[in-house]
Amino acid sequence: MPLTRQIERRVIVAPDEAPIARLDVIAHGATSGRRTRPSFKLFTHFVLISTCLLAVVPFAWMVSTSLKTAENSILYPPQILPKPVVPRNYWDVISGEKTSFLLWTRNSTIVALLTVAGTTLSSAVVAYGFAKIPFRGRGALFGIMLATMMIPFPVTMVPLFSIFRWLGSVTGIAWLGTFKPLWVPAWFGSAFSIFLLRQFFMTIPKELSEAARIDGCGEIGILFLVVLPLARPALAVVALFSFMAVWNDFLAPLVYLQRPEQFTLALGLQNFQSQMGGTPWHLLMAASVLVILPVIGLFFLAQKTFIAGITTTGIKG
Amino acid sequence: MRSETKNLFKGLGFISPWLIGFSAFTLLPISLSLYYSFCNYPLIQKPVFVGLANYRGLMHDSIFWTANYNTFIYAILALPAGLFIALALALFLNVRIRGQAIYRTLIFLPSLIPAVASAMLWLWLFNSKLGLVNFVLRGLGMKDPPGWLTDVRWALPSLVIISFWGVGNTVIIFLAGLQDVPSELFEAADLDGASKLQTLRHVTLPSISPVIFFNLIMGIIGTLQVFVLPFIMTQGGPGRATYLYTEYMYDNAFGYLKMGYCSAMAWLQLLVVLALTGIAFWSSRRWVHYQDR
Repeated sequence: MPLTRQIERRVIVAPDEAPIARLDVIAHGATSGRRTRPSFKLFTHFVLISTCLLAVVPFAWMVSTSLKTAENSILYPPQILPKPVVPRNYWDVISGEKTSFLLWTRNSTIVALLTVAGTTLSSAVVAYGFAKIPFRGRGALFGIMLATMMIPFPVTMVPLFSIFRWLGSVTGIAWLGTFKPLWVPAWFGSAFSIFLLRQFFMTIPKELSEAARIDGCGEIGILFLVVLPLARPALAVVALFSFMAVWNDFLAPLVYLQRPEQFTLALGLQNFQSQMGGTPWHLLMAASVLVILPVIGLFFLAQKTFIAGITTTGIKG
Repeated sequence: MRSETKNLFKGLGFISPWLIGFSAFTLLPISLSLYYSFCNYPLIQKPVFVGLANYRGLMHDSIFWTANYNTFIYAILALPAGLFIALALALFLNVRIRGQAIYRTLIFLPSLIPAVASAMLWLWLFNSKLGLVNFVLRGLGMKDPPGWLTDVRWALPSLVIISFWGVGNTVIIFLAGLQDVPSELFEAADLDGASKLQTLRHVTLPSISPVIFFNLIMGIIGTLQVFVLPFIMTQGGPGRATYLYTEYMYDNAFGYLKMGYCSAMAWLQLLVVLALTGIAFWSSRRWVHYQDR
């Protein structure tokens, strides 16, 4: 503790000492920031390379297994590189009789699109209310919304199941066993997205909305013509993260969907594994690669958006 | 209309989607869940009030205590070590070296993939006879490597190891926190002749304490609710070794159709999460330092 206080005192209390400090820094041969000895840099490389290997080898192994023949995939000692290479495994997974891989992909895509659209739109509208319109009770309601982020899904999963079942019987339109329970709630805003967008909207200067108001714009006009165009990076983050959440979701589809034809990819992959007798590892790995591909692809296309999203929630959270 | 009232209407209007959704999909279910927890609710029939019977039943339920114990052990193994690993990696990823971006990307990748795919992959890797993990271990000289997911002693630790593999998003959050520390603090520490360790202890860690706190809270909530990997990989086995709390809740609700019982479990878990979060918040006054901007 004392050292920190000393440091803070030196930096904060005595700013006019700064020029001398900088000369000191130069005299010591340090670069701005911390000096890093080459031996430490080497050590860092070693640590990071080892960690990266541990991170990446499983993926490589998955791909390798997915390209092997059935017999080669269960060889021991394992064949490192597949010989022969069998891309046909992927075709077998997609077109197999026991699986509905394309159907599951279609299901996941539909649910994802509906959810992402709903989340982004509704969260933007709600976030605008929390960010730009001062009204009584706003702070309390925002706090309540944040608190809901901590509620575990199992607490609400049973009543939600009942509610959707009741909705089905009362309206005559089925809810359980359809996609509706998966995407309809998204159209009422997601706490995480509302939080993110609200933080972002608050950084947009008042002057811009006031200028629009003088020009005769109502609040909705301001939202769609001024705020949203400026908020494209934040909206991208929201869209990306809600897509990831939907694509990877397992428990909600497990609870609400009933027939294999309705399954999303997450459920479908597990169903695929349980349907295949005797675990054909080469096919299972091929199926897993197919499930992962969209997510990895999306990441590489939108890296900056990803990192921006995670860091914003982590820091401002 | 007075502008205050106008703003109230406007404000409530804008947040009305959330208000409706909150009432219908959060408030109502939570209240129902509380009510169900005091009921016998086999789903096919209407709920019947039975007072504290569910809660009393849970106290005498040995499977409940097993699930609790397993979840607790998992959390103790996964959370502190996971945070430590994530922080250590973030510190190394913050050192100015070449290839930083590639290292960060690769370490982050595993945390992206759907849990189901991860489950399949690690089922294969941890296969005791044919899997890559044991192949490497035998290559390193181990005569009798663990049975991992089929071994009662190693099943839970296997899940913990997989959680370390997916530590990437925690690392990124730590990394962002580290980059937010004003460089003047590090410069000043340098000038005072602080060693790397001293800088770490007196400058870095206090400066990122809010981020550590955030990851701690998220970690508590997350590790207590683990479901997908054990459900898919071991179905709670071998012999209930990986039977965690959420799976028991799921089995009660949709397996045994004891929805009241499940709701009681859910509320107990909610209370535990609230209590632990409360303790974390209370303790945070001692060790979390927010920088005033």
